[in-house]
Amino acid sequence: MPELVKERDKYADHLLCSGHTACPGCGQSLAARLVVRAAGRNVIIVNSTGCLEIFTSKYPESAWEVPWLHSLFQNTAAVASGVEAALSALGRLEKVRVIAQGGDGSTFDIGFGAISGMFERGHDILYVCYDNEAYMNTGIQRSGSTPTYARTTTSPPGKVSLGNLRPKKDLPQIAAAHGIPYVAVASVGYPMDLDRKVRKALSIRGPKYVQIHVPCPLGWGTDPSRTIDYARLAVNTGLYPLYEVEDGVTKALRIPRRAPVEEYLKGQVRFRHLFEGAGRKEEIAEIQKVADRNIERYGLIAE
Amino acid sequence: MLKGRMIQGCRAIAEAVTLCRPVVISAYPITPQTLIVEELASMVAEGELKAEFINVEGEHSAASLVLGSSATGVRVFTATSSQGLLYMGEVVFNIAGMRLPVVMVNANRSVSAPLNIWNDQQDSMSMRDSGWLQLYAENNQEACDLIMQAYRIAEDHRVMLPVMVCVDGFVLPHAFEVVDLPSQKDADAFLPPYQPLYKLDPDNPYTMGAFAEPDKYMETRYMIERTMEASIPIIEEIASEFKRAFGRPSGGLFEKYRVDDASTMVVALGSMAGTIKDVVDELRNKGERVGVLRLITYRPFPKEALYEALKGAQNIVVMEKALSLGGSSPVATELRSVFHGRPASPRISGFVIGLGGRDVTVDDVKATIAKAQQQLTDMGFIGLRTDLELEGINA
Repeated sequence: MPELVKERDKYADHLLCSGHTACPGCGQSLAARLVVRAAGRNVIIVNSTGCLEIFTSKYPESAWEVPWLHSLFQNTAAVASGVEAALSALGRLEKVRVIAQGGDGSTFDIGFGAISGMFERGHDILYVCYDNEAYMNTGIQRSGSTPTYARTTTSPPGKVSLGNLRPKKDLPQIAAAHGIPYVAVASVGYPMDLDRKVRKALSIRGPKYVQIHVPCPLGWGTDPSRTIDYARLAVNTGLYPLYEVEDGVTKALRIPRRAPVEEYLKGQVRFRHLFEGAGRKEEIAEIQKVADRNIERYGLIAE
Repeated sequence: MLKGRMIQGCRAIAEAVTLCRPVVISAYPITPQTLIVEELASMVAEGELKAEFINVEGEHSAASLVLGSSATGVRVFTATSSQGLLYMGEVVFNIAGMRLPVVMVNANRSVSAPLNIWNDQQDSMSMRDSGWLQLYAENNQEACDLIMQAYRIAEDHRVMLPVMVCVDGFVLPHAFEVVDLPSQKDADAFLPPYQPLYKLDPDNPYTMGAFAEPDKYMETRYMIERTMEASIPIIEEIASEFKRAFGRPSGGLFEKYRVDDASTMVVALGSMAGTIKDVVDELRNKGERVGVLRLITYRPFPKEALYEALKGAQNIVVMEKALSLGGSSPVATELRSVFHGRPASPRISGFVIGLGGRDVTVDDVKATIAKAQQQLTDMGFIGLRTDLELEGINA
């Protein structure tokens, strides 16, 4: 490999190039760049349909400097299984890593069966879910990952509804229940932690699941300049606990400064209806309880 | 004396697949295809076939998995039937759009509801617009020969499209027939290792499956259509090469049987052609000028060759195990369009027969031919029960 390429690869920021068409403040584009940077050049990425696919691969342009394949919305884990099987047959699996990636819609909902199959069969693949908590590419519809009381276009608040009435599906625990060697939850707000988890995942053979919380300014109704702030608030309230499950043992990242959930909710248009008029104290308290339970369950605060 | 071994169809098909040296095989059970992947599984377990054999969690993933392997540059195989084909339908279209030379066997079975596991060809016909080439086998010998030819066609750099080899469920895979399979050495000589045009490789990274806006999409469809047309002589070329290599005619666009001076031509696909040929023998002995054109290549639809082969007939009788509900039967419809506005204009009648595993009898075939000779029929149903109080049946 030429010296110049080697020098560039030290940073490897260019493996997902700039110049793609993501929105300003997109949490997913930053997280995806961190993931491929951690993976390096010897990787094959299989990408679900979704924002990341659309904003990086408009023919004849591509933002990817690594081999990258998009097939459909729900089959990414199965396609990646095929890539891995082929590499295995070719004796190249020692050198080349396989990453399957998609948003929460393709991961929590439509592609879940294929992901479960990929886990169960033990393929040597890292599955990365970029979780922005709704179908953003189709225009902000509710997914199985949408948190309670969030407004989406298919879970709008109204005279008799307060938005999405169901709790967020606990996919990392469902992944862990498959008995796979590594599951991690990360946030684009904590890039060093994210980088470490991706590198660790890629050092382990077998199926791995990493779920990354990525604020979406368009879908959440937040200022593009505050993506990292909201990502950190989600963690620091306890609503998005950052933990790892390695061979069944859970370790969590402690919260540096505990924040009340109101601080996280109030600036987001998707939760604005909870603060209108007299405010929805009961519902906000309910969300606080979710955060408190996470804090207790994962030991997020030092004793 | 026939050359070969008495062998069950599923085993013969699996051995033919093995001779093609697929690197990755995905499998999901569905009757009547299951026996084929069971045979492959046992060959892998016995060390007779060195391949990644992967049991997936559904047909959508069966097709997706081989899509991923094919994009990584290796030869792949999978098989399905009926609901399985419908379930993977989205991926079937995707594989063709991505120009991946996947080869799949479809053991033809009816579609639900009502649930019925027996043979007809409604399943594969529903995928006729997907961009896959479709080859239909009459018997197990031909099924095996077509599988070997399918890889050659699909992987030909002038084609690079997937091929579906359709075998009538139960009638072929479950039946014991004498089948002659070549040696591995001869098979290798006919089918060299797959040379991909593009593949996923960190040393030479490609973006595959990019999205196309309205200013680009239509051209991708146009290119597949042009390739479909261009593949017609390639299919014939590979069939000729097969004949040279193995000494028997097999594959190609269609088979003509006793067509000299025929004024009535029966057109059919798959295993029922055997019964039809028997009937034609009988009618010929009585002096009737009847012949058979058995369509092997349904996609691409060989329009010019069909026109030339059928233009001398006055009556064309199309017998199909499929129909387009609310329309007509598919092959009859397409044949009519072949003859539209041309000098030869035979009467083309379409008949639906043998759905959901109903037997296609000698008497049915005779009745069909007689009916077509009397009058033009758009889409007649043959072999309906007359003892049921069904609307119109007894009329």
